[in-house]
Formats: sequence, structure tokens, C-alpha cells
Amino acid sequence: MKILLVDDSRTIRNIQKNVLKQLGHTDIMEAEDGVQALAKFDEVTPDLALVDWNMPNMDGITLIRKIREFNKTVPLIMCTTEAEKTRVLEAIKAGVNNYIVKPFTVESLGEKITQTMAKVTATAKS
Amino acid sequence: MDVRYINAFIKSICNTFETMCAMKVTLGKPAMKSGDDPKADVSGVIGFSGDAAGSVVLHFHFDVASKIATRFAGIDIDQDHEDFGDAIGELANMVAGGAKAQFEGLDVSISLPNVIVGEKHNVSAPKGSQRIVIPCVTELGSFTVELGMVLAKSVKSPGTNENVGANA
Repeated sequence: MKILLVDDSRTIRNIQKNVLKQLGHTDIMEAEDGVQALAKFDEVTPDLALVDWNMPNMDGITLIRKIREFNKTVPLIMCTTEAEKTRVLEAIKAGVNNYIVKPFTVESLGEKITQTMAKVTATAKS
Repeated sequence: MDVRYINAFIKSICNTFETMCAMKVTLGKPAMKSGDDPKADVSGVIGFSGDAAGSVVLHFHFDVASKIATRFAGIDIDQDHEDFGDAIGELANMVAGGAKAQFEGLDVSISLPNVIVGEKHNVSAPKGSQRIVIPCVTELGSFTVELGMVLAKSVKSPGTNENVGANA
């Protein structure tokens, strides 16, 4: 399973990578902003993407909207410090499948990823 | 500055460091910033804009910043490590975001993190602005959090009929 991590903080991407490795995922791509992430999508469609909200060049909410213009199904998880209900609703409207607020525990991030993949798999089967 | 906003930062500081660094933060009494405040070696700065303007700054000495960055990232990070500034900036980002989520009725945006590195520097505040300094003690050493926030003139303080403007 190919997973794309989109966050301008390398520290956060490394933490996310460690969680994913613990879950058995090693095929990981990285992008520092929305522009880089779209370029990655041009190369190969990931099976899951974790997207930060506040990033330079292109923020996460714009990226989500752009991805949903050409791909309605790839699972997208917003991982951000933006915790207000209005922001969560905005992200859901834009097309995210799940939402996790920073700071997060390793366990909660792992759960969100597992939960998202399980939901997507169940929807695809039905 | 309204005590509710100070409390929002206090809650967010404790939550950020407890969740990401597995350590308790013991807070000292918040005080107004004075010229005698100790100088920092590393400062993570996040700006606010929208219904409230201002900033939150996390100030560290090098040794404490390195220990905290190492605990946060899970790898050894000294002050020369390429991810040193990134780790400190991200912690500041989480403190700001966590506080912002508690600003009821305010639509506030936060900036991307800026990190200042340099022995014994001072981060100047705009002239006339009120800055609060919160001392923080952890098992890895002490640091301070400095904050200042002014509500936009068009915004009324939640729960009052007063336009609090520059007193916020």
C-alpha cells in the first residue's frame, strides 16, 4: 500500500512514518506542500494520503479540493492543528475521509489510519 | 489580556507537551513581560490574525530545546541538526493551534512557524503591546511562553457587551 505524507514539517512526517512502519507500511512517499503533493499524484496514485492544513505554496484544504476534482475515491486524512468544528466541517465538505488533530498520540494516529482504511475497504465491497 | 485566552494557552501548552513529549509541564505564575526577562537561544514564533492579532513565542535555551526536540522527534536532535528548527517550530504550531481552538466566537488564523536561533536573543514586541510571560518547568528543563493578543476593533469580547479592543 502506497501512502503519501503531506506536511511542511519533516519532524511530523518522520513521526508519521514511524507509526506507519509499526503498522507494517513501508511504501511511503513524502511532499512538503500541496504543489509537491499534486506532482506526486501525477507520478502515481497513492492508496492513502495524510494531509496537513497549514503549508506554504498550497495549503491542505486547497490540495484536498484539487485532488477531489480528479479522484473521488483515494482516502484522505487531514492531520492538522486546526481543531475548530468549522474547520473540520470545511474539510469534510472538501472531501476528507477522516480528521486528526495535532497534537496526536502514536496510538490515535494509528487508529485513525486503520479506521479509515477499514471504512474504505467496506465501502468498496458493498 | 483576557484571562480566558491566557487559560486557553495554558491548557494547550500542557496538552502539547504531555501528548507529544510524554512529559508534564509545571507552570509558574503568568507575569507581564519586562526588560529583565532572561534572553533565549531559540524561539518558536506563531502569529495570529483575523478577529484577534498577536503572537505566541516559545523561548528555550539551547540545551533544553535540544532535549525537548529529541523527545518530540524520537531521534537525537542537537542545535546543529537540520530538523532542530523544524521541531521547535512544530511545537509552537501545536501550542498556537490548540489555544486557537478554544477562542470561542473568534475566527482566527495562525501563521506558519518562524524559528529564531541565536545565543541570548530577545524577541521585541510591538511598542505599547501587553505581553504575558508564562514560566514552564519540565523534567528536561525550563522554558518560557510569551504571548500577546489584541482583539480586532470590530470584535466584542465574548460574554460582554464591551468592545475590548486594545485591552484584550
